[in-house]
Amino acid sequence: MARKLPRKDVVIVGLGWTGSILAYEMAKQGLDVVAVERGPWRDTATDFPPGYAQDELRYGVRLDLFLRPDQETLTVRNNMSQTAQPIRRFSGFLPGNGVGGAGVHWNGQTWRFLPNDFNLRTHLSERYGADKIPADMTIQDWPVTYDELEPYYDRFEKLAGISGKAGNLKGVKQAGGNPFEGWRSSEYPTPPLKQNYGSALFAEAAKKLGYSPFPRPSGNISEAYTNPLGIRMGQCTYCGFCERFGCGNYAKASAQTCVLPALMRLPNFTAQTDSEVTRINLDSTGKRATGVTYVDTSGEEWEQPADIVLVCAFSLFNVRLMLLSGIGKPYDPVSGKGVVGRNYAYQTTSGVSMILKDKILNSFIATGSGGMMIDEFNGDNFDHKDLGFFGGGYMGSGQTGARPITTRPVPKGTPRWGAEWKKATAETYSSGFGISTHGSSYSYRDCYLDLDPTFKDRFGRPLMRMTFDFKDNEIKMSQFLTDRLAEIARALDPVEMTASPRKGPWNSTIYQTTHNTGGTVMGSDPETSVVNRYCQSWDVPNVFVPGGASVFPQNHGYNPTGTVGALAYWTADAIKDRYLKNPGPLV
Amino acid sequence: MPWEAGTATPPIPVRPGPWIFFNADEAASIEAIVDRLIPPDDRGPGGKEAGCAVYLDRQLAGPYGTGAGLYLRPPFMPNAPATFGYQSPEQPAARYRTGLAALADYIKSNFSGKVFRDLTPVDQDKVLSGLEKGSIALKGVNSASFFTLMLSGTQEGFFADPIYGGNRDMAGWKLLGFPGARYDYRDWVDRHNEKYPLPPVSIMGRSDWTVKD
Repeated sequence: MARKLPRKDVVIVGLGWTGSILAYEMAKQGLDVVAVERGPWRDTATDFPPGYAQDELRYGVRLDLFLRPDQETLTVRNNMSQTAQPIRRFSGFLPGNGVGGAGVHWNGQTWRFLPNDFNLRTHLSERYGADKIPADMTIQDWPVTYDELEPYYDRFEKLAGISGKAGNLKGVKQAGGNPFEGWRSSEYPTPPLKQNYGSALFAEAAKKLGYSPFPRPSGNISEAYTNPLGIRMGQCTYCGFCERFGCGNYAKASAQTCVLPALMRLPNFTAQTDSEVTRINLDSTGKRATGVTYVDTSGEEWEQPADIVLVCAFSLFNVRLMLLSGIGKPYDPVSGKGVVGRNYAYQTTSGVSMILKDKILNSFIATGSGGMMIDEFNGDNFDHKDLGFFGGGYMGSGQTGARPITTRPVPKGTPRWGAEWKKATAETYSSGFGISTHGSSYSYRDCYLDLDPTFKDRFGRPLMRMTFDFKDNEIKMSQFLTDRLAEIARALDPVEMTASPRKGPWNSTIYQTTHNTGGTVMGSDPETSVVNRYCQSWDVPNVFVPGGASVFPQNHGYNPTGTVGALAYWTADAIKDRYLKNPGPLV
Repeated sequence: MPWEAGTATPPIPVRPGPWIFFNADEAASIEAIVDRLIPPDDRGPGGKEAGCAVYLDRQLAGPYGTGAGLYLRPPFMPNAPATFGYQSPEQPAARYRTGLAALADYIKSNFSGKVFRDLTPVDQDKVLSGLEKGSIALKGVNSASFFTLMLSGTQEGFFADPIYGGNRDMAGWKLLGFPGARYDYRDWVDRHNEKYPLPPVSIMGRSDWTVKD
């Protein structure tokens, strides 16, 4: 029997990027706020100090900062005819855990989606004809426009100190930035990072081919910066330990470096760590949430009553919590009815690896979001008329370091071990080079999330089941993008190169990205979305899913965090300016 | 081991000394194996001198050995597609124990009663190649996946921070030219095509930084 705690105005599930932003915004309104986080408290000085943050075995291989599968995992399969199996060790994607969430271990790549990503179905129908969109492709327009979100992108970028170069300031093109990006109301808060040799070579080759390379917008910041909450961030040192690691330099944007120092000072905010929310409780009508139930590390169960429940866990776990709590109708791929779990999407990545001639790249000098990119082949920036696919992605020199357990390029045909392996490994380390594409993943009728019929978690609750594969559209797109990338690679005149376009079936054992999207999609129609344009549940209006990537109707050719942060602020404003004045459905 | 998973404790350096996981026969075999996987040559030490066997010993004695933190609830369906990931209840410590025993049996019956360490380097390589290709069948063990387990563990030890017992004197990092735990390259990021000049450091620093008597 759960022990009942005193009521709060707001309970937040998960204290990562969206949880900390919402907590701060709600607490500043004078509301009594508690955030329940299933993982441990983490802070820079205690958890990833520069003395040992750069431990590849501990963090990069043994995944010490990540969610442990014995706490929660999910089952996977490629299609509905297969029996799903549990992910026993995370490898294809890596969900975070603990305070800061995925914002602790991310690379910092902070993009905005393109204006016509937000009206994707309408845009493609108008330009190419509605009949050109495959019948099983369930892409839909976002219920918000780029223009509406622009001020919120701006706000998140200023919170996080993002480094970059604008390509479009209020409609005026800017040299050196991304000429394809949507209009920006202001320049990036900090100037672009310096580029390592590989990135400089990529930019030179791309320019030669007529493209417009620009520095990737980065959450690892180029110079010290004080954000609007008064928190001071440090300068990136190009240490090459971002992805899978915490940053010891206060240089990577995260809840720790951008929000928590201000949030923790607010007396009306409490963080309840090492406590896993097991369900959102509903009253007898099923139309109102009464709070949440959580279990602490001693196994004790607590009920936390609250007027507003904000679901701010990692994308996938938002979906599972909604399914386990019975909020919204679960999606059924056979009838196409129901919404929770619908439109799961991922990201279609690919790469070209090379060995360059007589070059010393020092690739270990890097940062998770450094690099030079081109955006000519993203979204609908290029004509898709005769291509046989929709979508696209950015591409560039995205090597995030050369940590030696996992990054040891060797020439083709090198044995896996022995004297030849050792010689090739030593000779190639400084000249091996990888460039990559980051492509969209559109949603499909039979790519979805539901509860697994067999496998259970430590509390006996069903694991979530993921049914996903790459479809023809994405495979063709990846081939096209990778061909363009290979042309740039050839311009670098490599000793040898290998292009690896993405192929099916989706393999859950090979790391691709942790950009899992959809499942609690936002939309204008309750028949095809879980939350409305303010990220508010259609069914239980005092439950919000404020901007986790689970609200994306499909995934576009960019990393999700910029849009996640913008939607967090967008939702916070809707709650502050509208919901609190008149609690009830906002649409 | 040596850190406690999920907590913020600094890592504790592996101490030299007796084997913790391996028995004497297993240790002798594994030292010979890691020295063929990464042979000593004029570029630097091999797997044995670099401490890869010590690394494996300490890892297998700790949470890695038992698969701590992994999802190990039944049912297990080992014949599911490989793209769904490893689906067996057997974890590394048990796999090494049975794998090394089966390998010892195989060598005993095929090389007139010998043990791995007493084979010629040529024969040792033949056996390892046979495991890699799966052409040598070990009793009750998938030889190719056991080979991959040993190979990836050996390379991990060779390139992980020396604090974990392998990569002794940063041999693996020196082989590559990787500077290790330096953590700050602001003065070198735009010095393109110039070899980074400083030698590697470990989380524990360098032996030449310690007090000499």
